[in-house]
Amino acid sequence: MANDNNFFRKWNRRDILKTLGGIPLFGAVWYSGASLAGDAKREKQFLLETLNIKASPPPASGPMSGKPVRLGIIGFGIRGEQLCRALGFATTAWIKEKQDLLVQNPKDTSLAEYKAQENLNIKLVAICDVFDTHAQKALDSFNRGDNKIKRFRTHTELINSGEVDAIVIATPDHWHAPMAIEALNAGVHVYVEKPMTHNISETYTLRETVHKNPKTIFAVGHQHRQTQSFLTAQDIIAKNILGHVSLVETNTNRNDDNGAWQYEIADTANPQTIDWDQFLGNAPKEAFNLEHFFRWRKWWAYGSGLSGDLMTHDFDRINCILKMGIPNSVTASGGIYTHHDGRNVPDVIQVNMEYPDFSTGSSQVAGKEKGMTFIYSATLGNQFDRGTVLMGHDGSMELGNRISVYADPGSTKYADLIKEGRIEAGVPIYQYDPAVNGTDAVTSATSKYFANKGLLWTYRDGKRVDSTFLHLREWLSCIRNGGTPSCSIKEGFEEAISAHMGGLSYKLGRRIDWDRSTERIIAKPGEDLDAVLLANK
Amino acid sequence: MIVPKLTAGQSYGLVLLRILVGWHFLYEGIIKAYNPSWTSKSYLLSASILKSFFTWIAAPSRISVIDTLNIIGLIAVGISLLIGIKVRCGCIGGMLLLLLYYLAHPPFPSLPQGPTEGSYWIVNKNLIEMAALYVIYEFPLISVFGIENLFFKHKAKTNLI
Repeated sequence: MANDNNFFRKWNRRDILKTLGGIPLFGAVWYSGASLAGDAKREKQFLLETLNIKASPPPASGPMSGKPVRLGIIGFGIRGEQLCRALGFATTAWIKEKQDLLVQNPKDTSLAEYKAQENLNIKLVAICDVFDTHAQKALDSFNRGDNKIKRFRTHTELINSGEVDAIVIATPDHWHAPMAIEALNAGVHVYVEKPMTHNISETYTLRETVHKNPKTIFAVGHQHRQTQSFLTAQDIIAKNILGHVSLVETNTNRNDDNGAWQYEIADTANPQTIDWDQFLGNAPKEAFNLEHFFRWRKWWAYGSGLSGDLMTHDFDRINCILKMGIPNSVTASGGIYTHHDGRNVPDVIQVNMEYPDFSTGSSQVAGKEKGMTFIYSATLGNQFDRGTVLMGHDGSMELGNRISVYADPGSTKYADLIKEGRIEAGVPIYQYDPAVNGTDAVTSATSKYFANKGLLWTYRDGKRVDSTFLHLREWLSCIRNGGTPSCSIKEGFEEAISAHMGGLSYKLGRRIDWDRSTERIIAKPGEDLDAVLLANK
Repeated sequence: MIVPKLTAGQSYGLVLLRILVGWHFLYEGIIKAYNPSWTSKSYLLSASILKSFFTWIAAPSRISVIDTLNIIGLIAVGISLLIGIKVRCGCIGGMLLLLLYYLAHPPFPSLPQGPTEGSYWIVNKNLIEMAALYVIYEFPLISVFGIENLFFKHKAKTNLI
């Protein structure tokens, strides 16, 4: 102790200040950091509590137990293969390709994800494809120990074989409704790709057929209804976070051959390997044409152009959030500006849908706000990502696999918080990213386009899941356990009619009106709207 | 150890450098410590070189330990430099941390730079701060803001270390 006292006696005030001078600095830095972080945390908590948005996943569909469902696939092209993969049936060529890819890129998770997919307890027992190479690919890949698959030459034979309980339709658009109607009438469950129909009259027939056959389960392939971010978006609308939404902007931006439907033409394709008449079906007679067969999306006779092929994705994405249904009127314009390759569907289109009586809710005096425009703007000549935005008086929501909500500087609802500086314009008041910190491998520009829209995969418990898998699972669950798929005939009818109105407006160059009381698209006297829609010009 | 005699200006300059670097480390550590949702995971997973090493340390089973160690490291280095205790150990720890940050996203030509507030080619602020820590390691002056003086006052009085 004596020594200690001696030690401190040697110190003067200046020494002590110099020695301990770091302590107050240390205290100041710590206090400042802690209080700033604490304030930020409290503000974040306050905003989250104020907004009270629930980002919960949808309830899982029911068990896959019981007898295996016997499935048939009609159309085994690009989409058909993807759907089979989601059902647990990947072709040997795809598995080989992914194994090779894994050697080059050990981080690629596609094969591991496929293998980790739940067994849906189905047998893929039937394939119908008018192109021998496609059919053979399915036979070679799916005739395996636990599964026997048979080829049917026509969809009618497949449907009426008594060997299938359900079918998946992944054909060109002009075959969707005829096949679905035939299957439903035969008591076979149907999963049909979008767009649900190719013309107006079959849209009504299909709806009647679904209603007449309540025991057969009908689903339309809008798989994004399984995307977790869209359910969160529904909650954002339900809680009126955005106020009255007056404008919704959606778009397609693609700039590659695949995205412009310039698909590869198989070497093995010829009149002997393709049943051309069956491909044509109810389409206008045409001489054998490989371009038409493989790139059918480029012609109105088999496809539905941007308004049916791609706008339907965006329409249904918004319809599942807002439930705005069929618009009162549609105007569309565009042209073929990038791909003068013989196609007759436009590669640039703008579609405006008017909902003058629709409202998502309001934060202002009752009756002040009403009405909304839905815009779909597309080009196949540029891939600048414009994103999807729902624009309300109080806020805007950017929508994709991620969600960002921004308060509007002119908002009524958030006026006080903006004034107090608790909300800053340009800084999201809410962000939702189910893939936060994840590393997703996206393989092509078109894949990225679909992924950004939440069309390729979604997330459950932080893990990436193929949304098509979840959508097919939901359909299979309804077949096994009862219930109605999230995208069934009501949603499909709204999608199809809205798309057809877009196509008609583009073709006729005028506004197309919907008569809500009679549920009819208004035609001019003597006008055959289906003939207009399907005409190859 | 032979230590050169420094002018008062040189000494205060070196002390100032130590305080500023310590301040920076401490503040970075505190901000992270008080933000429970902070994680280095995306920084590590987006590493542009040594990907397998950074992916390995960012694995779900390791990342919370890595985050905690990073926070503790930042705060410890900050305290060491700011109040002047075990300065040389602090410098070594700080340089190691900065080396990891640097290697995850080095500003090398042809590598993606990611969002930065400036323009860098080979040399960035992590590397400069590393160099600053090296200087401090060589001249760990604790005559001012050096709590270690409580224990080694005589030495400090005589040669400014």
